[in-house]
Amino acid sequence: MSTTITMPQLGETVTEGTVAQWLKKVGDSIEKYESFVEVTTDKVNAEVPSPVSGVLTQIIAQEGETVPTGAPIAVIEEVGAAPAPQPTTSPSEALAAPLAAAVAPTPAPASSNGHSNGASRNGGVVNAPDILRRVSPAVRRLAREHQVDLVSVRGTGQNGRITANDVLASSSQGPSAAMATSILAAPQPAPAAPAAPVAPAAPSPAAAPAAHKPSYNAPVPGETIPLTQARKIIAQRMLESKHTAPHAWTMVEVDVSGLWKWRNAEKERFQRDRGYPLTLLPFFVYAAVQALKAYPLMNARFTDEGILVHRDINVGLAVALDSNLIVPVIRDAAQYSISGLAVAAGKLIERARSGKLGADDLSGGTFTVNNTGANGSIMSAPIINGGQAGIVTMEAVVKRPIVTKDDAIAIRSIMNVCLSLDHRVVDGSIASAFLVDLKKRLEAMAPGGTL
Amino acid sequence: MAKAIDTPALERHGLSDEQLRAMLRNMIVQRTVDNRGFQLNRQGKIPFATGSEGHEGIHAGAAQAFHRGKDVLAPYYRDIGLCLGIGMPPLDALLSMFARAADISGGRQFPNHYTNKKLGMLSVSSIIAAQCTHAVGVAYAFKLRKEHDRAVLCTFGDGATSEGEWHESVNFAAIHKLPVVFLCENNEWAISTPREHQMAIKDIIAKAEGYGLPGVKVDGSDPIAVYAVVNAALERARAGEGPTLVEAKCYRFLSHTTDDDDRTYRTREEIERHRYLDPVPRFEKLLLEQGIVSADDIAALKKEVLAEVNAVTDEAEALPYPEPAELYANVYEGTHEPWL
Amino acid sequence: MAVASTETTTLNNVEAVRQTLYEALKSDPRTLVLGEDVGARGNVFLITKGFIEEFGAERVIDTPLAEASIVGIAIGMAMEGLRPIAEIQFADFIYPAFNQIVGEAAKTRYRSNGDYTCPLVIRTPYGGGIRGALSHSVSIEALFYHVPGLKIVAPSFPADIKGLLNAAIEDPDPVLFLEHKKTYRSVKGEVPTGHYTIPIGKADVKKAGTQLTVVSYGLYVHQALDAAQQLEAEGHSVEVIDLRSIRPMDRTTILESVRKTRKLLIIHEDNKFGGIGAEISAMVVEDAFFDLDAPIRRLCGPDVPAMGYALTLEEEFMIPTSRMAEAMRDLVAF
Repeated sequence: MSTTITMPQLGETVTEGTVAQWLKKVGDSIEKYESFVEVTTDKVNAEVPSPVSGVLTQIIAQEGETVPTGAPIAVIEEVGAAPAPQPTTSPSEALAAPLAAAVAPTPAPASSNGHSNGASRNGGVVNAPDILRRVSPAVRRLAREHQVDLVSVRGTGQNGRITANDVLASSSQGPSAAMATSILAAPQPAPAAPAAPVAPAAPSPAAAPAAHKPSYNAPVPGETIPLTQARKIIAQRMLESKHTAPHAWTMVEVDVSGLWKWRNAEKERFQRDRGYPLTLLPFFVYAAVQALKAYPLMNARFTDEGILVHRDINVGLAVALDSNLIVPVIRDAAQYSISGLAVAAGKLIERARSGKLGADDLSGGTFTVNNTGANGSIMSAPIINGGQAGIVTMEAVVKRPIVTKDDAIAIRSIMNVCLSLDHRVVDGSIASAFLVDLKKRLEAMAPGGTL
Repeated sequence: MAKAIDTPALERHGLSDEQLRAMLRNMIVQRTVDNRGFQLNRQGKIPFATGSEGHEGIHAGAAQAFHRGKDVLAPYYRDIGLCLGIGMPPLDALLSMFARAADISGGRQFPNHYTNKKLGMLSVSSIIAAQCTHAVGVAYAFKLRKEHDRAVLCTFGDGATSEGEWHESVNFAAIHKLPVVFLCENNEWAISTPREHQMAIKDIIAKAEGYGLPGVKVDGSDPIAVYAVVNAALERARAGEGPTLVEAKCYRFLSHTTDDDDRTYRTREEIERHRYLDPVPRFEKLLLEQGIVSADDIAALKKEVLAEVNAVTDEAEALPYPEPAELYANVYEGTHEPWL
Repeated sequence: MAVASTETTTLNNVEAVRQTLYEALKSDPRTLVLGEDVGARGNVFLITKGFIEEFGAERVIDTPLAEASIVGIAIGMAMEGLRPIAEIQFADFIYPAFNQIVGEAAKTRYRSNGDYTCPLVIRTPYGGGIRGALSHSVSIEALFYHVPGLKIVAPSFPADIKGLLNAAIEDPDPVLFLEHKKTYRSVKGEVPTGHYTIPIGKADVKKAGTQLTVVSYGLYVHQALDAAQQLEAEGHSVEVIDLRSIRPMDRTTILESVRKTRKLLIIHEDNKFGGIGAEISAMVVEDAFFDLDAPIRRLCGPDVPAMGYALTLEEEFMIPTSRMAEAMRDLVAF
C-alpha cells in the first residue's frame, strides 16, 4: 500500500519547508528510518527519515521547491505488507450461525431478502451494551413513548451513539402492512425458508430441556445483550407453555384461490367505507370460529379437574411490535361477521401499535391465530398461548401447480395452515378433523359471499 | 409658676415654652422606649435592641429644627429620638422591635431601622455611612428642582466619618453647595473603638475644613444649644449657602446593642464619670429652674409616657408576624417570578 | 415592543446609546446624567458630547473620582423622585460602588417593603478585544446577576440598545446597563425612529434553527451568528438566541428552544466558572432533562483574572468565530 510523505514541521512557528535534496530517486528502495530527503526551513536544515519500508514511487515536490508544512512531497509504496483483510459473510454462514450474528460487536449488514419483518427491520442492528449505557435522556424518553427497543436502533451519532432522531426514525418504520405482522412464536426458521437471521436469537426452546443450562458452549468472544422486560416475559411464557403442554403438530394445505379473488374484489370498497383494511385475516378468523363451534374441544383448556370447554370463543391475534409479542383478543368472536371481524381486528391492531391496549384487550383469550405468513414462511410450529388447546397459523399464500380433480395441472393460490395442539386436551384425530373443517370453509369462500 | 430671681435668663433661641416642653417629652419618650427595648430583650421577648441613652439632647434639639413635610431626614440606627421627634409614633418603634407585619418595613428590618416616606425619613441601612451619599442625592434633587425651603438632615456616629463614602458625600456636597446638614452624634465610641483609634484628630469638625465646608461643635447634652446650631445650619442650607458639618458631643451610656457587652472594653467607673453628660436630668433641672415645668408636671409626664409606652408595647406584642409568603413581595415592582 | 413609527435609521451601538440618552434628557426633566468626564469632555466615548451645553451642568454632572458616591448619590436622587442615569466609566472601576449597588440600591424597595423605590440606571462599558488589558476589559455580570432586586441588561444591537435603555430609564427598579465597548462602533443596524421600549427580561431569537440552540450575549452574539451562518452553508440548522437580559433571564425562550433542538451551547466572554452559563445549564437540566440529546456545553472565557495586554494573551482569552463554529459542529454531530 502507498504512503504519502508530507512536509514535516521543523520548528514551532514554521509554516513551510524547502526540499533541498532528494537522497533517493524514483524506483529506489528505502528502509524504515532511513533518510531519504533533505529539507530546509528558515530555522533548520534536516534529513527526513522514512516512516515505512518500501519503494519510492513518486516525487511530488522537486528539489528547490518550497511547500507548506503538511503538503505532500513524495509517495512510497510499501513492500511486504499483507493486503488489508476484506470482511465477507455468505448468506449460508449468516443463516447457520444466528447466534454469532446476534452477538457481533458491530451492527450486521442489512438483510438481503428484501422482506421487512420485525426484528431484522434495521438490518439486524444489535447495539453493544456500551451504546445502550450511553443513551441520552431524550432518547430514553422517546424510546419509551414510541415503544422502540433501543437494542436494535441504528445509531448515527458520534461513535455509534443513538440520537433522538434515530429513535424517531425507527418508530416511523413501524409495521405499515395492513395485516398485523408477527414474529415467529418460536425462533426456529423453517428449513426451506430464506429467512434472515432473527436477532436476538435465543436457543430454540425445543432444543433446551427445562431448567437445564444449554449443553453447548456459548461462542467466545461475544457480547451480552441485556434482557428487556418484554423479552423476559416472552421467555418465561414460552418456557411455561412448552413445559406444561405436550405439543403436537399438524398441517393442511388450503386452496384460497376463491377467497383471494373475493377479498381483492371487496378490499378497496371496504377500506373506503369502513376505514380499516380488509385482509385475509378476518376471513380466516371467521372460518376458524365456525370450525371451533364444530369442534369445541379445540376451544378448551386442560385442568386437573377436567377439560374446561369455554362457553365463548375469544380469539387472540398474535401481533409483533418491535421485539415485543402481544396477543390482543377479540372477545366473543362468534358474534361478528367477516366485516365485523375486520373492523374489530383493525381497531385492536391500531391500539396495539399506539400502545393503548388495556388489560381487557389482552386477557381472556381461548384460541389464538398467528399470521406467520406475513414473514414469508410456509410452515411454522407455533408455541401454544398459555393454557389454550391449540394455536393455528396462516402461512404465506403461494401460487403453486396442483393436480385437479380430473388430473389436470392448474395453478392455484395455496396457503398452508398449521396447528400446534395440546395433546393432553385433544388427540390428532380431533385436531385434524378441526383443521380439515377449517380448510373446507376457507376453500368454500368465493366472490359473492356475505362479508 | 415663677422662676427664682437669681436664675440666669435662658437663651431660648426662639423656642417657646410649648416647644421646650415638647422637647422634654420627646426625651422622656425616647428614654422609655429605649429602655423598653432592653427590657424586652432581657425578658427574652425580642432578640435584639439598640440603645440611644445619652443622645436624647441631640435628638430633641435637632428634631425641633426639622421642618416637617418639607425636610428629609437620613438617620442611622441610633436615632430613635430623632425619628420620634419628627413625628414617628411610638407604636412604630415597638412594631419594629417585635418585627410585626404592621411595621412599615413589614418586619424585614432590624429594630430601629425605620422607614417612613410620608414623614420624610429615608429607610435605614445597617451599613455605616451608606445613607450619606443618599442624603447628598436628595439634597441635589432639592437644588435641581429649586425647592429652596427644603433641606436634608443627615445623621451618623463618629465611626461613620472614617468610611470612604462619608468623605465622598461631604466632598460632593461642598463642591455643589448642597442643602444638607451633616450632623455627627459623636459619643466617642464605635462599638468598642474609642475615638483615639478612629481618628488622629480630636474634633471631627477638623475634617470639615479639609473639604471646604464650615464645621460647628456643640454640646450634645444641651438640647437648646443643639437646636440653635442645627437650626442655623438648616437655614443656611435652605438659603443656598451650602452644607455644614455639625459635631454634637455626647456620651453613649449603654452598650452598642443588646448583643454587645461593653464591660469588655470600658469600666463602670468610666460610664459613671460621664453621667453628668446625661441630657435628661439636666434638661429636667433646667426647665424646673426656669419655671417652665413643675416637679408634678414631670412626674405626671413620666407616668403618662410610661402608660403610653406600655399600651403600645402590648398593642405591638399582640399583633402577628408577617406571613411567610410575604418574603417574596417587593423584590421588584409588581409580581416577581422567582427563578426557582 | 411598542414602536412609534416604522421608519428606521442606521446607527451603530454607541450612537444608539447617545441618541437614546439625548431623547430621555430632552423629554423627561427628571432625568439627569452623572459620572466622571461626562460633562465637558462628553464621556470618553463621546456619548454625552454636547449634552452639558444643551441640558446644563445641573443635569450633566462631572462627578469627583469616587465611584461609590456616583452610585450612592444617584440612589438618593432616585429615592427623591429623579431619574438619574449614573455612569461608571469602565466596568472595571465598579467595585467601589459594589456596596451601594448590592447593599443599598438592590435592597431599597425590599427593605422598606415598597415604602421607597430606587429607579436608577447605572450604565457602564464592559468587555474586551480592544487591547484594554487587565482593567479595561472585564465582564462583571456574574458578580451582580446573583442579586435579587437588581436588573441587568446587555444588549448588543442598536435597536435593542435603544429599546432596553428606554425601558431601563422608565423602570422603577435599579438597572445595570452593560454596553460591550467593542461593539460600540463595529455593530450597525436599523433602529426605529421615535420612542419605544423593549421589555426587560425577554431574549430574542436572532436566528431560528432546528438542530442546536446557541445562547449568547454581547460581542459574542455577533460571532455566534457568523458561525451559525457557516454551519448553515454546511447544511446544519443552528438557532441563536441573544439573551439581551441577564436578570431577569428569559427562561421560557431558552427552554422552548432546547425542547425543539435538544442540544444547547452557551457562549459567553466572561469566565466559565460561576458565569451565566452555569445558571442556564442548571436550569435547563432541571426543567428539560428528558429533552436533552447531548450534554450542555459552555464555551466561555478562561478562568484567569483578566486578559493581558499582549496581543497573544488577549487572543488566547477571546474566542474566535472558528472555535465557536467548531463547537457548534461538534454538538450537531454528537
